[in-house]
Amino acid sequence: MKKLIVIILLASVTGMVTLSFRPETVKTDKYLISPKDSVGSVKAFMSVYTVLKSARCMNCHPAGDSPLQGDDSHIHTMNVKRGADGKGLYSVRCSNCHQAENTAGLHMPPGNPKWGLPPANMRMVFQGRTPRQLALQLLDPKQNGGRTKAQLIEHMAHDDLVGWAWHPGDGRTLPPMSRPAFAAQVRLWIAKGGYAPSAKAK
Amino acid sequence: MINITVNGQHHEVDADPNMPLLWVIRDILGLTGTKYGCGAAQCGACTIHLNGEAVRSCVTKLNRAAGQRIVTIEGLSANNDHPLQLAWNELNVPQCGYCQSGQIMSGAILLRENSNPSDQDIDDAMSGNICRCGTYQRIRAAIHKAAAMQTEGAKL
Ligand code: FES
Ligand code: FES
Repeated sequence: MKKLIVIILLASVTGMVTLSFRPETVKTDKYLISPKDSVGSVKAFMSVYTVLKSARCMNCHPAGDSPLQGDDSHIHTMNVKRGADGKGLYSVRCSNCHQAENTAGLHMPPGNPKWGLPPANMRMVFQGRTPRQLALQLLDPKQNGGRTKAQLIEHMAHDDLVGWAWHPGDGRTLPPMSRPAFAAQVRLWIAKGGYAPSAKAK
Repeated sequence: MINITVNGQHHEVDADPNMPLLWVIRDILGLTGTKYGCGAAQCGACTIHLNGEAVRSCVTKLNRAAGQRIVTIEGLSANNDHPLQLAWNELNVPQCGYCQSGQIMSGAILLRENSNPSDQDIDDAMSGNICRCGTYQRIRAAIHKAAAMQTEGAKL
């Protein structure tokens, strides 16, 4: 009995010593789990925001029912409309011009197999949203296409249509940072607590 | 060899899979009713139906159509008697005619999905089809007329 007590005591002391030397953050083999940090989280979101507001992302997340075009985000020519499924209307369906890949040449239709806008019942508007509005919208499954935080990260980091933004074809500027850098900022934003910037942030 | 079905006929085409479908239709199959306007998906003159969608054949590569079903203006109806063709004829819609096969092919998708289109529906479906002669008013009138004929026809 005495032996057992000594062993238990010894074990718990060693455990406590080990624990007290653990650093604040734990490195798993996937990514750094940071404790909540509203300042760091908001800072990360603000860089995410610069990407989402770039023409390559925002042009297909318009406030109205027409997609936008070009680096100046003008309304898509030809009166193109969203339609219920986000893929256009009647004879003006996205894939009637937009192929599975970019068509080569300046001002030719860019392409992806999933080309389209968000559907009419889940519009996921970026245009005109403040950083705070957009952060809250992205985190709300009722407004983000039913995505959990993990699915949101997955979408930003690996979705093929999102990835088009970094291979947009001739004459289109790229988002302000690389895709891996963007995905890292999304992960950081959420790992540090997924905070929304204050209403004053621009 | 790439297999395509055009207006119900089977074809084996020996061409670069990256060749625009418009080239195949006009130059290889000799169906010249479909027109080349811009080559950049901007005008609609080259509109055909690919599996029932109004696809622009100038930017669509042959390999997208492999094994698929294509309809061109020549195959829209057996005797040029699609309601749109009858209405077009009655109202003398074309001026030079160059854009008109594209207009009719786009209009056919509209009428298939909306049997009684409003002016707004017509704008939504047809604004991507440019007419350098400006026959837009007659196109609108003819689509309304064709819609009425289609409804009448369905009643008989
Ligand atoms: S020739 Fe194809 S859209 Fe103009
Ligand atoms: S009739 Fe001439 S372009 Fe339309």
